[in-house]
Amino acid sequence: MTQSAKQFFDEMQGYGGNVRAIYQAYNRWLSDVPTQQLAAKRAEAEVLFRRVGITFNVYGEEDGAERLIPFDVIPRMISASEWAHLSKGAVQRVRALNMFLHDIYHDQEIIKAGIVPHSILTNAQYRPEMVGVTVPNQVYAHVAGIDLVRTSESQFYVLEDNLRTPSGVSYMLEDRKMMMRLFPDLFKKYPIAPVEHYPHVLLNNLRSVAQTGVTDPTVVLLSPGAYNSAYFEHAFLAQQMGIELVEGQDLFVRNNAVYMRTTQGPQRVDVIYRRIDDDFLDPLVFKPDSLLGVPGLLSVYRNGGVTLANAVGTGVADDKATYVYVPEMIKFYLGESPILQNVPTYQLSKEDDLAYVLDHLPELVVKEVQGSGGYGMLVGPAASKQEIEEFRLRIVSKPANYIAQPTLALSTCPTLVEQGIAPRHVDLRPFVLSGKTVSLVPGGLSRVALKEGSLVVNSSQGGGTKDTWVLERDDISVETSQSQMAAQQVNQEAVIC
Amino acid sequence: MLSRTADHLYWMARYIERTENVARVLDVTYNMSLLPTDSSDEAALWDTVLEIAGIRDIYDKTYKELNAANVIKHLVMDSNNPSSIYSSLRSARENARAVRVAMTTETWENMNTLWLEFGQYIKQDLTVSGLSEFCEWVKSRSHLFRGVCFGTMLRDEAFSFVRLGTFMERADNTARLLDVKYEFLIPMQEANDGAVDYYEWSAVLRSVSAFQAYQKVYRDAIEPMKVSELLILREDMPRSLHACYAEIMPILRQVAGSRQTEAERLAGQMHAKLHYGRMLDILKDGVHHFLDEFILANRKLGEEIQRNFLSATV
Repeated sequence: MTQSAKQFFDEMQGYGGNVRAIYQAYNRWLSDVPTQQLAAKRAEAEVLFRRVGITFNVYGEEDGAERLIPFDVIPRMISASEWAHLSKGAVQRVRALNMFLHDIYHDQEIIKAGIVPHSILTNAQYRPEMVGVTVPNQVYAHVAGIDLVRTSESQFYVLEDNLRTPSGVSYMLEDRKMMMRLFPDLFKKYPIAPVEHYPHVLLNNLRSVAQTGVTDPTVVLLSPGAYNSAYFEHAFLAQQMGIELVEGQDLFVRNNAVYMRTTQGPQRVDVIYRRIDDDFLDPLVFKPDSLLGVPGLLSVYRNGGVTLANAVGTGVADDKATYVYVPEMIKFYLGESPILQNVPTYQLSKEDDLAYVLDHLPELVVKEVQGSGGYGMLVGPAASKQEIEEFRLRIVSKPANYIAQPTLALSTCPTLVEQGIAPRHVDLRPFVLSGKTVSLVPGGLSRVALKEGSLVVNSSQGGGTKDTWVLERDDISVETSQSQMAAQQVNQEAVIC
Repeated sequence: MLSRTADHLYWMARYIERTENVARVLDVTYNMSLLPTDSSDEAALWDTVLEIAGIRDIYDKTYKELNAANVIKHLVMDSNNPSSIYSSLRSARENARAVRVAMTTETWENMNTLWLEFGQYIKQDLTVSGLSEFCEWVKSRSHLFRGVCFGTMLRDEAFSFVRLGTFMERADNTARLLDVKYEFLIPMQEANDGAVDYYEWSAVLRSVSAFQAYQKVYRDAIEPMKVSELLILREDMPRSLHACYAEIMPILRQVAGSRQTEAERLAGQMHAKLHYGRMLDILKDGVHHFLDEFILANRKLGEEIQRNFLSATV
């Protein structure tokens, strides 16, 4: 065992003793497969991904070349009991966050109760335009990506909530398709919960949040266009749902309604699943130079002429400064105790916290409150002295812009790297869907930091993805799986006869 | 369907068709250049290629000398030449990428593979060798493109606009080819006491895959008049102007629905002219005159299609 595998909880090996029960059959299979064969499978996957065009553009890269997100062929497994816990916790969290968003734009009870400070109303992500606006079913975050990390056998933490335009679900779906193609035999051995119905659930939810009176709503997906880094996903989801993929220029506003320009003339649009940030939605209200949005859209939205998913102004709930209050929100709105824990967080706007953090920078992770993509971040244990000192200056000049957390011992998962199979740190982003009900498909995006020792899993920082196998039952052993296979074959033969 | 989507599909198909036609002309011209001729004739031969593509001006700005290597370079991989195969394929693929949702997965993957394979070809120096093989590849990819559209796409508006793009571009390309070659060869024929250049005219036929069709239809020596008739008026000749308009007409009627559009009227007018026209009438003002008018009318129709269906004006 390498040093890191002992230090960190490994999804397959635990702390280095026995292989964990759910991985035993897989481990046996893996030890029979030569590494070159795995590498060949990975190469095959790359060719296929490139042919399908599952590529993304990297911001600021000169040639604008399309890149593949590295795909790892070794799955990350989650047991049925673990999933029951995680999914229940994620649903609870999203219900509370939706209630918080409704509250913060209406009666603001949570501020009156002294749980969330009044200063939240000055947060840049708070949208005064949304005050008093009623949204169908009081759903704000129709799609929420809840980032989870694991630090031990039993301990999961919520790293952050993504409630604006969370992305990555196309990788959950495409990685699964790829794994089924590369390793069909494993899918016979393992009771892996299917995820392919995600677009179906999403479309049903989007249809369910049309304004009252609309019986057969027209749903569209609004994308910034082909040069956006997540364009593949926009195209993929629109295709899977059978809805139009539109850009701002395809929509226009007339008589308090939104229309799209079609070859047969204007057609009314009822629900917009938008993958454009608030700032770019409507040049008349937000960034005036935005070419991506639709002039007048917000006014129609506020008057109930169209539904936006996610709603405008959800950023105030997933801001890192708000994050610390989520456990309290759950208690306040639902009267329940939080199923999933937050990472202990220091708010540098508080003097005591700031003093502690400045004393302990080499041990901590410091994040920018409104940062994203892992750019405005200090990972203390991995940073050089100089980097720490530079970051210290940034913190001191604007402490309220930062939060700090202990460096988490993120779990690792066996991953195929140049040197062979080695443990690499992973996280998990399940996607929680809200419409008439709140639900999630059993799975998520597993991101893996491919650099040895790295804790940053973002694709823009050299992260890759893995298929996530949520098991439907936990009673798997090789014996039963073989007898299952035999039973399956018998069944198949019976069907064929 | 979205006007923008229709626009991308239409142009994707036009660019693929354009690529195919450039490759066809290049291939045939290259084979012609292998016949023994003196160098001034060879320059004139390559000049017709530039004329057909309508890029004489751009070429002259870039290259001093008119020769095979330069023309091939210019027409295959010059990114500054908007009509080069490189530019057309890139545009086709970018149009496809913008609306990959509107086409079947197989159509998209076919387009994407085309682009990836092309990347391998442009690493070679096609002016030295491999041009014929490359042109064959372009043609077969174009056949594959039409086949995958025809074989996998729902017969909806998306399919209609793809087909419309193909035939609008093909009509233009065939007319240009015939016009330039006609202008080039007839004076030569007159200077030669009326002797028809068999190789030149059969090359014209081959460049639109019409050589065997000619033999079948006429069972006769190759004559410019019959070549013109085949490529202008024969409805059963798939790359003829008549055949293109026989496809364009019903598509425009269908996508217009109950609306009356100028595009449909113009297409109908031209279709009637090709359907009921005779070679005798065309010869009164001359083939060149007829083709010139056709090219202009076809361009006008393209503008109306843009205005009636593809532009995002309300």
